[in-house]
Amino acid sequence: MSIEPTLSTDILVIGAGPAGIAAAVSAAECGRRVLLIDDNPQAGGQIWRGTNIDQGPVSARGWLQRLESSNLQHINGCRAIFLADSNLLIADLHGQRCAIRFEHAILTSGARELYLPFPGWTLPGVTGAGGLQALIKSGLDVSGKRIVIAGSGPLLLAVAATARRASAHVLCIAEQTRAKARRNFAFGLWRHPGKLTQAIRLRAQSIGAPYSADAWITQAEGDDRLAAVWLKHGTRHRRIECDLLACGFGLVPNLDLAQMFGCTITGGAIAVDKSQRSSRQNVFAAGESTGIGGIDKALIEGRIAGFAAAGSADKAAVLLAVRARTQAFAKTLAKAFALRDELRTLATPETFFCRCEDVPLSAVRAMPNMRQAKLASRCGMGACQGRICGSAAEFLFGWRDTASTRPPFTATALSNLISPSIEASQK
Amino acid sequence: MSPLEYIEIFVDESAHRVIRGNTVAAALLNAGVIHWRRSVSGQPRAALCGMGVCFECRVSIDGQPHQRACQIVCTPGMRVTTHVD
Repeated sequence: MSIEPTLSTDILVIGAGPAGIAAAVSAAECGRRVLLIDDNPQAGGQIWRGTNIDQGPVSARGWLQRLESSNLQHINGCRAIFLADSNLLIADLHGQRCAIRFEHAILTSGARELYLPFPGWTLPGVTGAGGLQALIKSGLDVSGKRIVIAGSGPLLLAVAATARRASAHVLCIAEQTRAKARRNFAFGLWRHPGKLTQAIRLRAQSIGAPYSADAWITQAEGDDRLAAVWLKHGTRHRRIECDLLACGFGLVPNLDLAQMFGCTITGGAIAVDKSQRSSRQNVFAAGESTGIGGIDKALIEGRIAGFAAAGSADKAAVLLAVRARTQAFAKTLAKAFALRDELRTLATPETFFCRCEDVPLSAVRAMPNMRQAKLASRCGMGACQGRICGSAAEFLFGWRDTASTRPPFTATALSNLISPSIEASQK
Repeated sequence: MSPLEYIEIFVDESAHRVIRGNTVAAALLNAGVIHWRRSVSGQPRAALCGMGVCFECRVSIDGQPHQRACQIVCTPGMRVTTHVD
């Protein structure tokens, strides 16, 4: 019988974005053994993707430097597969199964983009908004490409800035929210000076790219690749020829990991107390997975979770007021970029609702809930395991499918599931 | 900033020069590969989320099928095979 590699740690941090890095570094500073694991090839999460210690924003470099000089273990390319018991995680490490025994876990699983189906959304050349940004940060050359950016949220401006720096032609930015809501949001930023500077900088960098509020995507055209998009701006329809469409309707917390750990989910986010502790005694959570609020919230929550999990909650006390401000900002954000009802009617009956299993909207629309829809149509049962259409279904139909997360948490080789070496996994 | 360093990978047996550190998804798109798999009903597909969530960018790497091109960094001599699933 083969013995799989087993790692042992006091505190296991899952997700090496800003929240996870802050949590891991803070817990390690308290003298605890810390293991930080992440699915991505490099630490930094999505916001700091492609950043290294020699280049990139100052705050990113500072935290990545602290991570490097910290006395903690950090493993990339490592994915959670299932929880064998409340203190033992089985993971896929570069394709091989490994076991991780831990006392406390801190979940910093971040967020993903919300994608809504519209005709043509499966065409090559249509990516997420953050999706295109991630691809550019991973080396995609967009110089000279004509790009339309559509969807919702402050991320659209950040994507425009990234694309323009990479010498792309950003033809337009279509923000679905009403112009008034966005103005109110911009006006409210004075209460968050850091955010205001960030907003002004992003706005300045994206100048030259026409920005329209009250505008949204209705269709993408092309044969085997994107050729043009249709935008609706108020009551006008406009066709724009382009090479790439970057489209995302804001962010949604990644909750699957928390569900696997049995943590209570409230209002679409992991429920945590003042010390970032979840409903499970030995599990903490921080960052976007406890509610979308951006990097400041992620860093401060991460630090609090790190201190609390290390048993040094007193060190976190001075951070609580700052956290309250970042959480207030999160609420402002959600209100300003609330999605309009028209987005619920973009897809036609033939439009694929589930793009893994190619299930058209007509096959699911009459169903009472996601479970019934799955059983009848196979939607949400493909490779992404409902991570894309499940989030869309929540917005389109109000279906919240929190009960059906089961192991394996992510796709892995069968041999990683049937390894005989751990008794606990057979319970 | 350190100067760019290039490595060679193979996409469907043809050699491509890519910048060290680029992911397979970025390398495929830069090489002019517009799509690299077909959906269950035969539609062409390429990367969507760019961050490991959607699995649209699946590709075979060094004989291992179902690898997410967006999450894997190119290594020298890597063999990428498209349209295998």
